[in-house]
Amino acid sequence: MLTSIQTDTPLISLTKVEKWYGAFHALKAINLSVRKGEKIVLCGPSGSGKSTLIRCINALESIQSGTITVDGTTLDNNSTSIDAVRREVGMVFQSFNLFPHMTVLENCTLAPMRVRGASKPDAERIARKYLERVRILDQAEKYPAQLSGGQQQRVAIARALCMEPNVMLFDEPTSALDPEMVKEVLDTMIALAVDGMTMICVTHEMGFARQVADRVIFMASGEIIEEATPEVFFTAPQHPRTQAFLGEILAHH
Amino acid sequence: MIPIGANEMLFLMQGLKWTVALAAIGFVGGGVFGILIALARTAKRKWSRTLTAGYIWVFQGTPLLMQLFVVYYGVALFGLSIPAWVAVAIAFTLHASAFLGEIWRGSIEAVPKGQTEAANALGLHYVSRMKDIILPQALKISLPATIGFLVQLIKGTSLAAIVGFIELARAGQIISNQTYRPLLVFTIVGLIYFALCWPLSRLGARLESRMAKAAR
Ligand SMILES: Nc1ncnc2c1ncn2[C@@H]1O[C@H](COP(=O)(O)OP(=O)(O)OP(=O)(O)O)[C@@H](O)[C@H]1O
Ligand SMILES: [Mg+2]
Repeated sequence: MLTSIQTDTPLISLTKVEKWYGAFHALKAINLSVRKGEKIVLCGPSGSGKSTLIRCINALESIQSGTITVDGTTLDNNSTSIDAVRREVGMVFQSFNLFPHMTVLENCTLAPMRVRGASKPDAERIARKYLERVRILDQAEKYPAQLSGGQQQRVAIARALCMEPNVMLFDEPTSALDPEMVKEVLDTMIALAVDGMTMICVTHEMGFARQVADRVIFMASGEIIEEATPEVFFTAPQHPRTQAFLGEILAHH
Repeated sequence: MIPIGANEMLFLMQGLKWTVALAAIGFVGGGVFGILIALARTAKRKWSRTLTAGYIWVFQGTPLLMQLFVVYYGVALFGLSIPAWVAVAIAFTLHASAFLGEIWRGSIEAVPKGQTEAANALGLHYVSRMKDIILPQALKISLPATIGFLVQLIKGTSLAAIVGFIELARAGQIISNQTYRPLLVFTIVGLIYFALCWPLSRLGARLESRMAKAAR
């Protein structure tokens, strides 16, 4: 495990969060608190609510009750709070979601210019800095379709970093990738973790979890079932559902 | 029988000029309003979606000819006297806005949801999300259907003859009556329409097959 820079003030806190999709109860009494610099790995079976949980943090999904606070801002239906939270939180999706009609550089400069009011030269300077950081600066003038999946995902990470967020959310960032490209994306995420970024990663890459996570959280049926440090989580899982899940995951790897 | 000479051809060309002008006005006017219709049709507010759905439904569910009549005689009812071409231009603009609005609604909805999510996650607001991300992609998706509609619109302008507007088809009818050579005259008229519409149809088909290939 990496030694990471941590303080005791929670950067993100979820209290008694309930989420329904119509009659379907997707998140049940979720309590979660994440300190600055902490790295959380979220895992669990398909449909357990992992994506829903992290999408609530940047208000891509609304919640029915409970509170979500990010860096002192509590999300409500007011767009000011949503804007404030989204400025702090970057997100990386399973399917990259790059803007296909824009070059890599344009993908990275759009939000800083439109949301932060950065000038074009400033936005490009920042974009080049982060493209360099994910080691893809040489592709800056290309369009997403001209890049491999791994390259596209690294651009998506750079695009999110260009907004200089305090928190990064990852929703299965390597699940859509060919096996030989998984490593380059994980390495990028590890580098980000080493630099002290606060991260919540939905992933089934257990090697990544062991190496990077401060805490592993296991979800099932919309609930947090178990959370522990990676050593404890992988060697001595408490709950039978966690044991069953780990058994399956390890059998596949 | 009277031969078809330079004068007759010139008259047809005058008609062609109006056909093109009418189609252009309908397309540009319909395009501007059509964008607004498409945006209202895909908006969050329910009343905005319902209202525009009704508008589209009315214009798609009635013949263009009837729409021309209603606008032409409708404005007269208000005691307004406007030139025939203005009434016709209004009717074509309304007609085109409904059809283009519906085509573009479909294209906006065809842009993958992940694009909106990524934009939202980056904190981009509605205007930028639409202008910078959704509409450029939707426009591209809509090109074949949009061009197809333009071809329909060009051919539809011949209906404007009913309210006394002299466009290409009406000009052909006048020449035919003067020269007693309907077959020849309407062959020429048909060829002119064809020369106008065929390249557009081809362009639409080419774009469509190119997109189908890119999607594979
Ligand atoms: N927009 C939606 N409308 C209705 N139900 C939804 C919606 N999104 C998700 N769900 C349901 O909520 C549950 C949790 O979904 P979620 O995507 O959060 O699961 P997940 O843990 O991320 O699963 P996976 O590993 O497959 O990505 C699922 O049962 C899903 O069917
Ligand atoms: Mg998911």
